[in-house]
Amino acid sequence: MAEQHQGKAVQTTGHAWDGDLQEFNNPLPRWWLWSFYATVLFAVIYWIWYPAWPVAKSFTKGIGTVTYQSGGKQVTTHWNTRAELIEEMQTGSETLKQQAYLEKISAASYDDIVNDPDMMAFTRSMAKVLFADNCAACHGVGGTPAQIGQYPNLRDDAWLWGGDINQIEQTILQGRNGYMPAFGEVLSDAQLDEVANYVLSLSGHSVDTAMADAGRAIFQGKQGGCYYCHTESGKGMASQGSANLTDAVWTVADVPGAADDAARVEVVKTVIRNGVHRQMPAWRGRLSNAQIKLLTVYLQSLGS
Amino acid sequence: MNQVTQTPLYAAHTHIYPRSVSGRFRRLKWAIVVIAYGVYFLLPWLRWERGGDTGQAVLFDLAGRKFFLFDLVVHPQDIFWLAGLLMIAAYLLFFVTGLAGRVFCGYFCFQTLWTDVYILIERLVQGERPARIRLARQAWNAEKLLKTGLTHLLWLLMAFVTGLTFVLYWGDAPQLIGEFFAGKAPFAAYATTLFLTATTYVMAGIAREQVCTYMCPYARFQAVMFDKDTLVVSYDARRGEGGAGRAKLGGQLKARAQRQQAGVGDCIDCGYCVQVCPTGIDIRNGLQIQCISCALCIDACDTIMDSLGWDRGLVGYTSERKTDTGQQARLLRPKVIGYAAVLVLAIGLLAWSVSQQAAFDLSVAQVRQPIFVQLSDGRIQNSYEIKVNNKTNKTLTLRFSVRGLAQGAELDMGHFSEVSMHPEQRLRLGANIRMMPAQFDGRSHPFELVAEPQGVPGLVAIVHPSVFFVPQQ
Repeated sequence: MAEQHQGKAVQTTGHAWDGDLQEFNNPLPRWWLWSFYATVLFAVIYWIWYPAWPVAKSFTKGIGTVTYQSGGKQVTTHWNTRAELIEEMQTGSETLKQQAYLEKISAASYDDIVNDPDMMAFTRSMAKVLFADNCAACHGVGGTPAQIGQYPNLRDDAWLWGGDINQIEQTILQGRNGYMPAFGEVLSDAQLDEVANYVLSLSGHSVDTAMADAGRAIFQGKQGGCYYCHTESGKGMASQGSANLTDAVWTVADVPGAADDAARVEVVKTVIRNGVHRQMPAWRGRLSNAQIKLLTVYLQSLGS
Repeated sequence: MNQVTQTPLYAAHTHIYPRSVSGRFRRLKWAIVVIAYGVYFLLPWLRWERGGDTGQAVLFDLAGRKFFLFDLVVHPQDIFWLAGLLMIAAYLLFFVTGLAGRVFCGYFCFQTLWTDVYILIERLVQGERPARIRLARQAWNAEKLLKTGLTHLLWLLMAFVTGLTFVLYWGDAPQLIGEFFAGKAPFAAYATTLFLTATTYVMAGIAREQVCTYMCPYARFQAVMFDKDTLVVSYDARRGEGGAGRAKLGGQLKARAQRQQAGVGDCIDCGYCVQVCPTGIDIRNGLQIQCISCALCIDACDTIMDSLGWDRGLVGYTSERKTDTGQQARLLRPKVIGYAAVLVLAIGLLAWSVSQQAAFDLSVAQVRQPIFVQLSDGRIQNSYEIKVNNKTNKTLTLRFSVRGLAQGAELDMGHFSEVSMHPEQRLRLGANIRMMPAQFDGRSHPFELVAEPQGVPGLVAIVHPSVFFVPQQ
C-alpha cells in the first residue's frame, strides 16, 4: 500500500479505519532487527549453558560445570558463582603464587625470614589475616585485648611463656594453661591486703611499708609460697607462665587503670583471692605448620 | 490541519567517492601521514639502553605497573602526570582551534590519517572516482568481486597491523609477536587486536566521515571555540560569484575579461572542490559542521586556477573578519593569549614535576589498633607501617632514623633499620618507636621519619612526617 504524504510515497499497513484513518508502516532498521535476533540467539545459548529456568522445586542446571576440591575429594557441580569462587580460591593464579611463596617460607629458617625484607613483608601481611581469623577473638585485632585482664597483650615486650622464637612457636603449637591458685581460703583478708601491698611495691608503687613487709614474709614463706612460681625476685618464670611482678606491664590485674593506691591494692588483692585460670587452645593440627610459622614470626615482630 | 515539516534526524547514508588531488596541502598531509605512521608502527621496535639493560624504548608494562618512556620510568604514584598530559592536550586543542580552526581534525586526527590511507588503498585497487562509482553501480561479476574483495582484504590487513601494533606497546614486542602467532599470547592481546582490527576497519573503511559528523564530540565542540579571527577554509563568494553568479567555462564566457564584463564570477563551477571533499560537502555553501578543514578543496581549486592562469585563492584559508571586512585576522587576541598562557604553565609544571621525580618514595602510616602500648620498663611504644618504593634501576640502600622526638627515642625495625632494595623493589616494613615520655599528656607528638640513601651521592633523603601518641596517666 502506498499513500502520498508531503509529496512522498509512504508505505501504509493497508488498514483503513473510519474510512480514512490509516497507519504508516515504518519498518525498523535492518541493523536493529538483526541485533534483536542476535540477542535472542544469545539468550538460547545462555539457557543451555547456565542454570536458567525454574522447574517445579528445581531448575534447569545447564551444561556448564565447575570442578573443585572439597575435603580431599573432587566435586563437579553445575555452573554457579559460589563453586566458581571456591575453584578460583584453589587454583587461581594468585592462589598458586601465594602457595609457592608459602612453600618458600616453609623451607626457610627463622633467621632467613627475619633477615629478608620481602619474606618478612609477606609474613606480616599474611599472618595479619591469620591472626584476625584465629587469634583476634581473644587477643584483639591488633594483638591488644580491649581490657587488661582478659588475655595477654601481644604487642608489649612482656612474654609470660617466653619471647624466644621457639617459645612462641611452642605456645601456639601446644597451647598454654595459665593457672594461679585462689588464695581466698588460705589467707585472711588482712593477709591478702599485705601481699597485695608487697606485690605493688615490687614494681615501685607507693605502698604501706609495714604491710608490705608483712606481705613479703607471706610471699617468700611457706604460707603463701608465691615465690615457687613468681621466684624470689618476683620476675616470674617462663616455664610456669608466671607473670613478672616487677615491671610496668600488668596482664591480669588492671593496675594502670586503677585510680589511686587503695584501688590498686584492691585489684591486686582480687586476683590473689580468686586466682587465675586462663587457657589457650593448642593450634597444632588446626593450623598448618607453615601458618604457625608465619604467626610466630609475626608475633615476635609485634612485641619485641 | 497543521502541516509539520520535519527534517529527518538521520539521513540515509550516501557513499562518498573522493577524487584524488595534488597540491601543497595534500603533500603536507601525506608528510604527516608518513611521520605519524612511522612513529606509530616503528616505535615498539625501538630498543633502548636502560641501566645496563637493553629494553623496549616505549613500553607500558601493566603487569609490572611501570611505564617506560625512553629514560623516564613512570610509576603508579606518578599517575597525576597523566592528568597533566591530558590537560596539556586539551588546552593545545583549544589553543590551536581558536587560532586556526579544526587543524587537529584535518591534519592529525587518526580518523583522518587512517581514512586517507584507506581511500588510497581503494583508489589503487579500484581506480579514480569515476571508476569507483562505475564499479559500485555495475552488477556483481568477477571484476567487481575481485576488486571489492581485494580492497576489503587490504583494509582488513591494514586494520590488523594497526591493532597488533597497538598491542605491542604493552609487552616486549619481539617476544610478544612470536607468542601472538604461536597462539601463546595472553587473551587480552588477542581481544585487543580483534577489537582494534574491527574498529579500524569499520571506522576508516566503512563509517568514515560519519564518524566525524555524528560520533565525534570534538567535532561539535570545536565550533564553539571559533570566532571572527579563526582561520577557516572558505570560498571567496564575492570573487567566485561576481554579480551574476558562477558560470561554467564556454561560449562567450571563456576569457576572464569576457566573464567580468558579463558580471560572472571566477568560479567555473567545475565541481572539483566538491569531488575531492572527504566529507562530501560543497565548500561554496559556506562553513559547515561537516568540514574538517582538510584543505583538499583549496588544492583542487588552486589546480584549476593555475591551469586557467588565474590567481589562486578562490578557495583558501581565511577568517570571517577577512571575508566580511577585508581586514587581516588578529592573531594576538585575549582568548589565544589566555590559552597560550595556561598551556605554557601546564607544560612547565609537568616538565618541572618530571624533572623532580624522586628516586624512591616513602609513606608512613601509624598503626591505630592499638595506638600505643606500654612496655615492661614503662616506656611507650607506637607502631608504624612503612611503605618504601625504589624507583631507580639500581640497588638502593636506605637507612632509617627518627628526628624530632625526645632524647632516647628508639626506632626498632627488626633487621631493617638499614635495608638494601633491589632495583624497582617495593617493600612494606614494620617499625616500632619507643620512648619514655617526659609527661603522660595524652597527646600526639609530631616527628619525622627519615630515609637516607647510603653511598649514592646526589640522592637526597626523604622525610615523612608522622605522630607519636603518648597516653594520659
